[in-house]
Amino acid sequence: MNSLLGFTFILLALGSCRGLQDNDVDEEPELVFQPSKYGSLWPLPQNVQISDVSLKLSSSSFSITDAKESGAGASCGLLQLAYKRYYEYIFGGAKKQKVNRNARAGPTDLLELQVWITSPDSECDGYPSVSSDESYELTVDQPIAVLKAPKVWGALHGLETFSQLVYEDEYGTKTINSTVISDFPRFPHRGILLDTSRHFLPVKVILTNLEIMAMNKFNVFHWHIVDDPSFPYLSRTFPNLSQKGAYHPYTHVYTPADVKMVIEFARLRGIRVVSEFDTPGHTQSWGKGQTDLLTPCYSGSTPSGTFGPVNPILNSTYEFMTQFFKEISEVFPDAYIHLGGDEVSFACWQSNPDIQKFMEQQGFGKDYRKLESFYIQNRLLDIVAATNKGYIIWQEVFDNGVKLKPDTVVHVWIGSGSNSEISKVTAAGYTTILSAPWYLDYISIGQDWLNYYKVEPLNFNAGTEEQKKLVIGGEACMWGEYVDATNLTPRLWPRASAVAERLWSAKEVTDTGDAFSRLSLHRCRLVERGIPAEPLTPSFCLHEYKGI
Amino acid sequence: MKVMCSVNPGHCTLIKYIFLLLIIIHLGLNTAESVWPLPQIVIPSPERYQLKPQSFSFGYRRNLDTKHSCSVLDAAFKRYFSILFPGYTYGNDTLQLSENEVFTLTISLDHHDCQGYPNQDSSERYKLSVFAGQASLNAETVWGSLRASTGLETFSQLVYQDDFGSYYVNKTEIEDYPQFNYRGILLDTSRHYLPVQAILKTLDAMAYSKFNVFHWHLVDDPSFPYQSQKFPDLSNKGAFHPVTHIYTQSDVRRVISYARMRGIRVLPEFDSPGHTKSWGKGQSELLTSCYRGGTPSGTFGPVNPTLPSTYQFMASLLKEVASVFPDPYIHLGGDEVDFSCWRSNPYIRAFMRKMGFGLDFSKLEAFYIEKIVNITSVLRKTSIVWQDVFDYHERRKFLSVVEVWKQGCYLCEVRRVVKAGLRVILASPWYLDQPGPTHNWARYYNVWPLAFKGTEKQKSLVIGGEVCLWGEYVDATNLSPRLWPRASAAAERLWSNERQTSCVERAFPRLQEFRCKLLRRGIQAEPLYVGHCKHEYQSG
Repeated sequence: MNSLLGFTFILLALGSCRGLQDNDVDEEPELVFQPSKYGSLWPLPQNVQISDVSLKLSSSSFSITDAKESGAGASCGLLQLAYKRYYEYIFGGAKKQKVNRNARAGPTDLLELQVWITSPDSECDGYPSVSSDESYELTVDQPIAVLKAPKVWGALHGLETFSQLVYEDEYGTKTINSTVISDFPRFPHRGILLDTSRHFLPVKVILTNLEIMAMNKFNVFHWHIVDDPSFPYLSRTFPNLSQKGAYHPYTHVYTPADVKMVIEFARLRGIRVVSEFDTPGHTQSWGKGQTDLLTPCYSGSTPSGTFGPVNPILNSTYEFMTQFFKEISEVFPDAYIHLGGDEVSFACWQSNPDIQKFMEQQGFGKDYRKLESFYIQNRLLDIVAATNKGYIIWQEVFDNGVKLKPDTVVHVWIGSGSNSEISKVTAAGYTTILSAPWYLDYISIGQDWLNYYKVEPLNFNAGTEEQKKLVIGGEACMWGEYVDATNLTPRLWPRASAVAERLWSAKEVTDTGDAFSRLSLHRCRLVERGIPAEPLTPSFCLHEYKGI
Repeated sequence: MKVMCSVNPGHCTLIKYIFLLLIIIHLGLNTAESVWPLPQIVIPSPERYQLKPQSFSFGYRRNLDTKHSCSVLDAAFKRYFSILFPGYTYGNDTLQLSENEVFTLTISLDHHDCQGYPNQDSSERYKLSVFAGQASLNAETVWGSLRASTGLETFSQLVYQDDFGSYYVNKTEIEDYPQFNYRGILLDTSRHYLPVQAILKTLDAMAYSKFNVFHWHLVDDPSFPYQSQKFPDLSNKGAFHPVTHIYTQSDVRRVISYARMRGIRVLPEFDSPGHTKSWGKGQSELLTSCYRGGTPSGTFGPVNPTLPSTYQFMASLLKEVASVFPDPYIHLGGDEVDFSCWRSNPYIRAFMRKMGFGLDFSKLEAFYIEKIVNITSVLRKTSIVWQDVFDYHERRKFLSVVEVWKQGCYLCEVRRVVKAGLRVILASPWYLDQPGPTHNWARYYNVWPLAFKGTEKQKSLVIGGEVCLWGEYVDATNLSPRLWPRASAAAERLWSNERQTSCVERAFPRLQEFRCKLLRRGIQAEPLYVGHCKHEYQSG
């Protein structure tokens, strides 16, 4: 705690110095709200044709149904729940009245949205994956609209798009224009990282953000679940980890039931949950509940009482990791585990005589990167591979020359030189995801969403077509130093929405004026749905945030 | 930890020792040191008394010659009881209470005036002594009863819970008064509309940090949400929405009375002649027509200072404002007037020539403001203006209070204003619309409003300071976490003794503790840094 405080004050001092220079805000040409021909669609679908023909939706006669030919019927809980959700979003929580088939439908009424899963295997009961088909086609016409998608994942996105097409005319009538859309994502990995170690996030807050992610067509929740400050994951195999390493062993932990709830809630919205268990650094909290896991640091020839990264020279470490990751691989159904591997400080390893001896034996000389590689490459990756999971690692592991399996995903996060990093990673044949330009915990006054929006992920030096294919997407990161349940949601939204469009929409969608108009409306829609998404400029929403 | 200790006797001694240390640290923070903002004089003691909700009561000192109740205090008792004992509901408490378990907080007031409103000169001095079985709170002045809530607030921060949930308060003597009488928060309800509920919530949190002025920047360029009785078109046409995005008269009364209950003044601002675009929509000919070439361009500039109708309108509006808002002060704005539109208008130029202002448009602005200030004085209100008015005005005698807001050497400006014999409110260092962590609490804590060369008398003209949360990027979705706890840093600077509160390192754990208290009270205060609170914010 003391060392933590010390660190804090350094940060505070730096913070205030930086703050002084931060006063100049980038001068942006003023963005003026001009209604977009795409209304409030966000992220913009790949192909959209909206006609002037408007149709009315009445809460008593409109319904969302399964098409007769659909590969997923009433037994598909995922879809039935989604219908209910979107019916409520469309009609503002109005109680669904009995559908009155005899009521006279006007010639301009839209009566039905039929959802048609075209593939025989709808994947209704499965989990989404990086190769899931998320495409859909939506035709809105009188008297019925049809949403076609090969799998349920596309149908979920199509329902969101449909709900975004509905607007209120000046008399308050729910209205939708006759429209044809065919849509699919540009990148298959579109993620948000939340950090539940630096501050504990109550499950409810996580669920809320999963719901908002679905409204933005994000499909990966990267759960940075543990780190130095706390270990809130309640492990069945090693309950002491959270018993001693969480901020509080009961109120500040995620029980197996909590984790299950998060995973299922995410699945129902087409979102993968990729868990991160970062080692060998960022593990201070692990040491509290697992003795001998961390390296004892020495001052001179005696242990100083402090601990460093995971101790890579003990067999017990690998026995622990084997059991631990076996549990993780069973708890989290996703095909990938994020193994971290970032920011390993070598000072403690250097101070420890046993480590030094081991280095000599192994012939590593003074190169502690070799020790880190030994830990990751020779041991950890094999342990995880044995669980049949793929893995994602932060870029340092690649930078340090660790030999990786060909299907490893390298996560690029370091701000400077991220373009050349992507070149290198893809040139070496690895798939990669990009986070460097999207560290949303850094905030400034003004419209910083524009900076996130203007990023072009494939704009790296000397990228061949083959290399570009290896960039499978990106993630917006919300690290938790200054973020908890009090400020997470307004800090994340709608800024992360900018990233969502960049990762979903076509490369050519770069008109910031048009984006501003659509994003303003999208933000108001979030607010109307009860989400505290912060404003972009001086403005108002018809329905302001009421959850105070 | 204690449970583990008994299961695991081998580690007991060390753990016990650490545990003891923790208790000391814990109690240290939970007693007098933890009160935020720090009181002027505190005599703490390790002796502690248990409080039980069933046997705790508030009372008035018996020998008061006036009747023994005061609605403001009765309401405060109710509020603070649930703050002291969160989650407690009267139930089937069949506990037999022995007499020595009863604890009473007795309030005595030297003067007993419950009516009226808090104002700039009302003293907030109080004495609080906590000893066995009782506490006494003495608020000395005419306005004591209205401001006694500051003493109740202090008492509520002295009470803590141990790990088993029992409530305790330590023996303590406190004598307290604020360093500055004016401790304000500005909210901007024009750039974004803030629902009344968001304002009330902010008033709650202000009381917890002993802020005492809500500076209501009601209207500005983007919208005019104040529903005027005399000029309903101002909000009908100038608000974002004429029904859902306005403050009705009853909304305004509700805010004022809610604030009064918490010892907070409501200072309305009607900023002119600039920052008035939204006024023009509902009041034709109020704003200056801008010209391009020889013809009106269709756009409008600041208030037109050349027409008699302007002053009739302003007198009428301000008369209404003066009667709706009981505070003896009105903020008249006067900042950032853009002269280009005035310059383009041939009638304005003709007026300038007639008045002999030459090409100096600041003279025209001064002419306007002087008239508005005079209107305000006739209404027996004191006017507050932004520093721009002081800066361009040659004759400053008619000014009273100047609010310094520009960045740069703000203390230089403070010095100029007090040298001219005028009072100052300092806002420059507390512009909280810049978000953290670059603009963190420490930056707002390390402000020294009196660190300029001047006489004691000149320094006494600095009546206080104000936290400004402008609304460009702020609405009800992010207001609370952006304001709290960073504004609390300014609150301590404005209330406490500078010498006792000059160290950021010492303030840090206290502010962390205070932030957790805010969370416990349902205020969405953001974290200072990595860590946790026993009771985290549960989003609604």
